Amino acid sequence: MSRRTDNRITWETFSEGLWKENPVFVMLLGMCPVLAVTNSAINALAMGLATTFVLVASGALVSLLRSFIPKQVRIATYIVIIATFVTMVDYVIQAISLDLYNALGAFIQLIVVNCIILGRAEAYASKHRPLKSIVNALGMGTGFTFALLCLGVVREVLGSGSLFGISLFGDHFQPWVVMVLPAGGFIVLGAWLLLFDWLKQRQALPQEEKAHAG
Amino acid sequence: MQADSLSFIFLNTVLANNFVLAMFLGLCPFLGVSGKLSTAIPMGLATLFVMLVSSVSAYGVNLLLVALDIEFLRLIAYIAIIASAVQLVEMSLKKYSPALFRSLGIFLPLITTNCAILGLALFQTFRDYNFAQSVTYALGAGTGFILAIALMAGLREKLVLSKLPTVTQGAALSLMLGGLLSLSFMGFAGLGGAH
Repeated sequence: MSRRTDNRITWETFSEGLWKENPVFVMLLGMCPVLAVTNSAINALAMGLATTFVLVASGALVSLLRSFIPKQVRIATYIVIIATFVTMVDYVIQAISLDLYNALGAFIQLIVVNCIILGRAEAYASKHRPLKSIVNALGMGTGFTFALLCLGVVREVLGSGSLFGISLFGDHFQPWVVMVLPAGGFIVLGAWLLLFDWLKQRQALPQEEKAHAG
Repeated sequence: MQADSLSFIFLNTVLANNFVLAMFLGLCPFLGVSGKLSTAIPMGLATLFVMLVSSVSAYGVNLLLVALDIEFLRLIAYIAIIASAVQLVEMSLKKYSPALFRSLGIFLPLITTNCAILGLALFQTFRDYNFAQSVTYALGAGTGFILAIALMAGLREKLVLSKLPTVTQGAALSLMLGGLLSLSFMGFAGLGGAH
């Protein structure tokens, strides 16, 4: 009985990656691509989708093979599985859009060492059924893409005065160049984290007061 | 200075194109192990060593891959090399300096998933560096990493002593600090040029 409930796919399976366990804003995983490729919204979106694909595909394969992989060599096996899918994505992006490929540079190949993917393989896919792992990986991927877009949109609007390559403010806008430079990445992510911490604190405050009153 | 001279490559990777602060590689240990100066520097040294070993091996393996015309296996081969290099460092540290081995803890095996190392191996291949250039590049990247993580650890040690609003006592402030450090390293940009 308990096994069946364990395998049920609920909204929670998908949604925990979106907000409660958002890989970027809550768990602070996979920082390198988050900061490096988010200087424009389109790059952020492409990176998010590529990572989501690798997450889902490797999650599915790891989950399917979970009873065949010996415990001692599991990490090495996961890495090889992930590297295979990343190689695929690398060639696909190169075939679809060479401009995008050049903009993302080595960061597509560096998806291999993104700790989110290995972390999910180890913590989730190796313990759950394929379908559930896929749903969870989709949620995580969406959460990751959302976080990348949060940064990409802010940095592109402030740093280049455009969104998805479309100019927003006309010729009079003086772009805030630092935002597209490395320093801007750190500062924007820091600002987002501050905002979320502040919201969380505000949310926790009334509950504490209620607890005291009760 | 010529763009492919050894001294240029070294200075460029240490300062102008610092792996952590300008190219966003290796941020996990940069944020994770930079709490104390006494663990930050050994971590930096271990990373430098792994970088040197994997740079040399990646150079050799790439020659083999090109000779056999199987470059599509590059990513898998590099990751395998790095994992073995980390294992090597782990074993030798455990034997010669158990105290240091314990203080680094989980972050030692995690060097495998430090993107600075895979990034280094990939970049040296993309840029067609020869053997001496590759080794210099690895040395520069490692030194740059030590510099960045040591600066960050020094700042964060000072931060512990200051009064902060409760909201900022998290990763947010570390990132802001990283931003300021990165901003100040932009001052070296004139030394480097495009990468």
